[in-house]
Amino acid sequence: MTTMPETAERQRRGWMALLAKAPPARLAALLPDLPAHEMLRPPETGAVMVRGRAGGTGAAFNLGEMTVTRCSVRLAGGAVGHAWVQGRDRAHAARAAVADALMQTPAADRIRAGVLAPLAAEAAAAREARAGKAAATRVDFFTLVRGEDQ
Amino acid sequence: MTARAPTDSLAGGFADAPRQSARAFRAMMEAMARPGTIHALAGAAPPAPLSVAAGVALLVLADGTTPVHLAGAADCAAVRGWIAFHIGAPLAAAEEADFALGRWADLCPVDRFRTGDPAYPDRSATLIVEVARLAPEGPRLTGPGIRDIAHLSLPGVAAFRANRALFPRGFDTFLTCGDRIAALPRTTLVEDA
Repeated sequence: MTTMPETAERQRRGWMALLAKAPPARLAALLPDLPAHEMLRPPETGAVMVRGRAGGTGAAFNLGEMTVTRCSVRLAGGAVGHAWVQGRDRAHAARAAVADALMQTPAADRIRAGVLAPLAAEAAAAREARAGKAAATRVDFFTLVRGEDQ
Repeated sequence: MTARAPTDSLAGGFADAPRQSARAFRAMMEAMARPGTIHALAGAAPPAPLSVAAGVALLVLADGTTPVHLAGAADCAAVRGWIAFHIGAPLAAAEEADFALGRWADLCPVDRFRTGDPAYPDRSATLIVEVARLAPEGPRLTGPGIRDIAHLSLPGVAAFRANRALFPRGFDTFLTCGDRIAALPRTTLVEDA
């Protein structure tokens, strides 16, 4: 199996997902001050259809609608950032879009260290805590000798 | 609004979409209900060569389910990008379009646009015609929504008379010039002044 090259698009997809899933209050704490930006598309709330697929060969089906808020901004330097976040928190969408735009500027390293790294660590910790809780409830079934062989 | 290049495809949408689109829709409905009256539209800054009124009309009327046809100079990369980002409408050939946008000379011959069928006359196109001049003078208009007679500087007369003869089929027309808009529904009878 060959390893896929880590393209810029894949990286951007990663941080956009991280920003979208971050708790709004935590993102606001990590990135309190936003640089000057122009709203290309002010935050607006709508619904998107989430589609699912059962198994590798299953046909796509509509899982359900989900409320999202989207936003697009442009920084003074010309970098354009987009965000689609779950829920109806307009400030969260705007902050995530600005962070996406900043990641395309020389400020990327500062954002990566100061915002994305803590968010990623917390997301991983939350995922592990949840997996740990679930693992504690695991029941192993095994069969005792039932006597048919005798 | 900050200064920007006229070819900018990302800027120039509604800043406050719910209010601005409701106001614009009201003005356009009024224009269509009273043919010959001229109304002002505001709120958008589409890239050149689109006029403000034409851009607002598209923002209000078009969406992802309505194919748009761009004719002549309006069919440029900046306008295509602007429609893709702010409206999400697919671009289509003249024969399949729900909305067609361009100068009158570029839209002609207008009999290629959809006029609906007798059972579904609503499955017809709406033309958004960019005109250099829009004034309440010229060809005489009579019909629903007009108390006595109205006058409107139309780019042509014969084409609108032929369209009126198709009723209940036919296309509807918006005329845009700068930030002003007027309408000519298929019900209006057009005569030379």
